[in-house]
Amino acid sequence: GTARLSRAAPRAGDGRSGEEEEVEEEVEEGCYQLYPGHIPTSPLQKALLAAGSAVMALYDPYRHDMVAVLGETTGCLALPNLRDKMKHHPEGYRILQERPRIRLSTLDMDRLRGLPDGTLGREYVRFLEDNKVSPDTRMPPKFVDDEELAYVIQRYREVHDLMHTLLGMPTNMLGEVVVKWFEAVQTGLPMCVLGAAFGPVRLSARKLQVLATELVPWAIRSGRNASCILNVYYEQRWEQPVESLREEIGIFPPP
Amino acid sequence: AAAGLCPYRALLARRGGALRALCGSVRGLAAGPETHFGFQTVTEAERREKIYRVFESVAKKYDVMNDSMTLGIHRVWKDILVHKMNPSPGTLLLDVAGGTGDIAFRFINYVRSVREHQLQRKLRHHQNLSWQEIAESYQEDKSKSLGDSQVVICDINKEMLKVGKQKAQHLGYSEGLSWVLGNAEELPFDDDKFDVYTIAFGIRNVTRIDLALQEAYRVLKPGGRFLCLEFSQVSNSLLSRLYDLYSFQVIPVLGEVIAGDWKSYQYLVESIRRFPPQEEFKAMIEDAGFFKVDYQNLNSGIVAIHSGFKL
Repeated sequence: GTARLSRAAPRAGDGRSGEEEEVEEEVEEGCYQLYPGHIPTSPLQKALLAAGSAVMALYDPYRHDMVAVLGETTGCLALPNLRDKMKHHPEGYRILQERPRIRLSTLDMDRLRGLPDGTLGREYVRFLEDNKVSPDTRMPPKFVDDEELAYVIQRYREVHDLMHTLLGMPTNMLGEVVVKWFEAVQTGLPMCVLGAAFGPVRLSARKLQVLATELVPWAIRSGRNASCILNVYYEQRWEQPVESLREEIGIFPPP
Repeated sequence: AAAGLCPYRALLARRGGALRALCGSVRGLAAGPETHFGFQTVTEAERREKIYRVFESVAKKYDVMNDSMTLGIHRVWKDILVHKMNPSPGTLLLDVAGGTGDIAFRFINYVRSVREHQLQRKLRHHQNLSWQEIAESYQEDKSKSLGDSQVVICDINKEMLKVGKQKAQHLGYSEGLSWVLGNAEELPFDDDKFDVYTIAFGIRNVTRIDLALQEAYRVLKPGGRFLCLEFSQVSNSLLSRLYDLYSFQVIPVLGEVIAGDWKSYQYLVESIRRFPPQEEFKAMIEDAGFFKVDYQNLNSGIVAIHSGFKL
């Protein structure tokens, strides 16, 4: 009965992560959600999630959702940093206001395919088709406890494929690690740092050599030199040639 | 500001007042009788639908999650249930919400080993038989390795049954098992059919427990036994607090990391809190007509086995 419920109902700070609390009245589901898909979590739960997702992501590299969860639960310092960088930049500020989403439903794939070779739009579509990936497979954020920061991490995820395009890296393990190094320098997200550090363990010796001698140094130099990649309104630059955009951002040509 | 902590909770709690009142009045207009889904309030139809979807989603990882959440102890609980049942060969068991087959397989193992002991005893008494007669007796006994025992596994969820059937095939269980899609509140069986009715970790998910208990009574033969293994209330207050902490902090995280499904496991821990305590459930079983109703706490009440007889 109710007596049992009020014993089970959490006090503030107890950290139960249910989507609502039932004391005497009923509460509509989603009253404590900050955005659709948001799951409020206590600090203990975040810590457990961070540890668990890190282990699982290493154990089963196909669990992309675990990489996403790791990013969300460890991003509490890096995400506000990124958001502030965006706020203080005119283009980034506009992105935060307008909240564009990169999705198949919002992209005009035919138009992009029709653009001349070498433009961002054409190369992006080529990248998607060659690697058989789609922008719609990005996980929506669940464990970020701020609605604006949730958008920032969502934007970071959706821009990831464009990073591949700008860096010229494929979606195999090697390419992903290189992009992670670049992103780690750019964003400071612990998930990127961990991915960059631990990703290579599954690579062969030959690939590791190429990685260590050429690709990673280049990725780090570019990452350091480049302005914040989240401050680029990519949707308004499809016609821009990739090389020109690289120069503008400060990414060195790939080796 | 450090958004990682929960300052929003205080904010939303204050905002919640007006919203709650509005939600409350909307609820009043909702069609159908009201019940709970974990800590939410929903209509009965919504609850059935939501629970179906929970189990559809968890079916493939059900066994892995059980092992992770209970650190394998659920196997011991299920062993205890079947030992308590102490089925003899020839028993007809109905395992409701039997999904992935854990109880059914244990039942089969149990009657098989009882049967083997029976046969060994028989052989010892017949040591004066000729070799030929002994060989012949092997033949006829082989076809009755279960001694006509049978288990019907009934579940409302197709995905769970699918996983169960695959498991049975993988583990080599073929004879003596039947898989039936059915609802505990309205079983597709005739009256007075079964010797034993079990429901392990299933009755918590039934929307009308009273109907399920009535159905259990109906399909059991006179003399038949009702056995329910379910999460219950922990009496020890220290253990209870540790258990709550583990349930609400760790289990949904396990659900997310192992099965990629936080919400189903959040539902699970909430549904455990919602289930009636031992004495109340005992009274419900008695209301359905069962006699000699009793319960046995396992692990200080984390789990309880309730038992009753149809006379």
